[in-house]
Amino acid sequence: MRVDGIGGTDVGIGIVVTSGKGGVGKTTTSANLGTALALMGQKVCMVDTDIGLRNLDVVMGLENRIIYDLVDVAEGACRLQQALIKDKRFENLSLLPAAQTKDKNAITPEQMEEIITQLKREFDYVVIDCPAGIEQGFRNAVAGADQAIVVTTPEKAAVRDADRIIGLLEREKVGMPKLVINRVRSHMVKNGEMLDVEDILDLLAIDLVGVVPDDDHVIKSANQGEPAVMNHESRASIAYRNIARRLLGEAVPLLPLEEKKGVFQKMRKFFGLK
Amino acid sequence: MVSVEVKPVTTVKSKVTIKGTKEGLVFFMDDTCSFDELLADLREKIEHSHQQILSGPLIRVSIKLGKRYCTPEQQEELTKIIRQKGNLVIHLVEADVITKEEAFAERLKSQFHVQVHTIRSGQVLESDGDILLLGDVNPGGTIRSTGNIYVLGHLRGYAHAGISGDTEAIIAAAVMSPTQLRIAEVVSKPGDEWTQNSGGTEFAYLENETMLVAKMNYLSRIRPELGETKA
Repeated sequence: MRVDGIGGTDVGIGIVVTSGKGGVGKTTTSANLGTALALMGQKVCMVDTDIGLRNLDVVMGLENRIIYDLVDVAEGACRLQQALIKDKRFENLSLLPAAQTKDKNAITPEQMEEIITQLKREFDYVVIDCPAGIEQGFRNAVAGADQAIVVTTPEKAAVRDADRIIGLLEREKVGMPKLVINRVRSHMVKNGEMLDVEDILDLLAIDLVGVVPDDDHVIKSANQGEPAVMNHESRASIAYRNIARRLLGEAVPLLPLEEKKGVFQKMRKFFGLK
Repeated sequence: MVSVEVKPVTTVKSKVTIKGTKEGLVFFMDDTCSFDELLADLREKIEHSHQQILSGPLIRVSIKLGKRYCTPEQQEELTKIIRQKGNLVIHLVEADVITKEEAFAERLKSQFHVQVHTIRSGQVLESDGDILLLGDVNPGGTIRSTGNIYVLGHLRGYAHAGISGDTEAIIAAAVMSPTQLRIAEVVSKPGDEWTQNSGGTEFAYLENETMLVAKMNYLSRIRPELGETKA
């Protein structure tokens, strides 16, 4: 898979992470994707556009460093540089936090586009975390983006909303969005209790960029303010890093959804003990 | 066929020619004179000169306007005069000309719209005439048309054919598993017929105000006229 867009020029790429439905893992995906890209040497800025319900700073553990926010920048209360928070753990990673006391109408798509355009001059990737819904917040988040990643979970309602969002994105200039299927539980898929990847792709008919297994570690790390990709063991972490590699144009095969069995377990199986 | 040639009585040349046919009387209206002249002549004939043929049992009347365009109000004026005679029943008013708008609407109705698209949740594809969709209709998506709907893809959402009341319309899909189907005013019952999809191309149609679904090879028996009108 190749990154289509503005490769080759010195202008970065704006990627909006969106889903329609809430709670499917937009913020988690933004945080991990942004961090993974930064770990691979890309200069990354994450932008939280969920004004009034900001979370990205919490997931990244940067909440206590916020001084200015997105709305301050839009209103000219500060310079863009002043609002950016540099993540001390990764030198390539910055965050532009959302305002918590305003609402989504405090900024217009035009202002948003202007801010993203400025950021793209300085960063290789601008990862835009979109709020749930299809209203002003969504329009703001999409305004400056060149590409879109649609996150869904293997649930009917989430897939339905993803379909709606893809329909809306078709009207924007982001081109065909890419799909991340989040929180897949392999045992439920195997028993036919959960939609499988094929079903979802058959319906949404867009390119798949990653499948992320359901992993307790993601919740644990979000609560600790450390993105999951910092852990090298967790399966979700590997999945997120693979998504970043695919965005950079590497051909990475999909992770098998089965839980990895230990050598000991395999031997027991071999001897028929299980 | 009996032909009753009408002799001019008061005007120099007759503006209204009345002919008798098997189906009743046909009023041929001159399309070169002014509308007022036409009205005057018609009134003259109905009220005075032609009493003998225009009385008696119920007679069906067709009005042929020729190449004159009459507004609905003008048509009403004409029919009002004829209707004075209780035994004359207006069957149809016909002209060889129509307005541009009517012509356009007519063309749309008979047109075949080909769309290449996936109708996603929240999107509505609506048009006059028949639609051929090369793509899927996803759950939450809607496809509506005054005519027939053909989906060369997976129909999972809503489809409404014959939205202005055409009960002859059909909905055909390569893979039929809709959320709901409507033809004219009839709404499909959410049956389990969709879930046990036969895998083949199917179509839905109305029979006695009940929606039925059949395999495509039955279409030639159920709606043979579909092929002829589109040819």
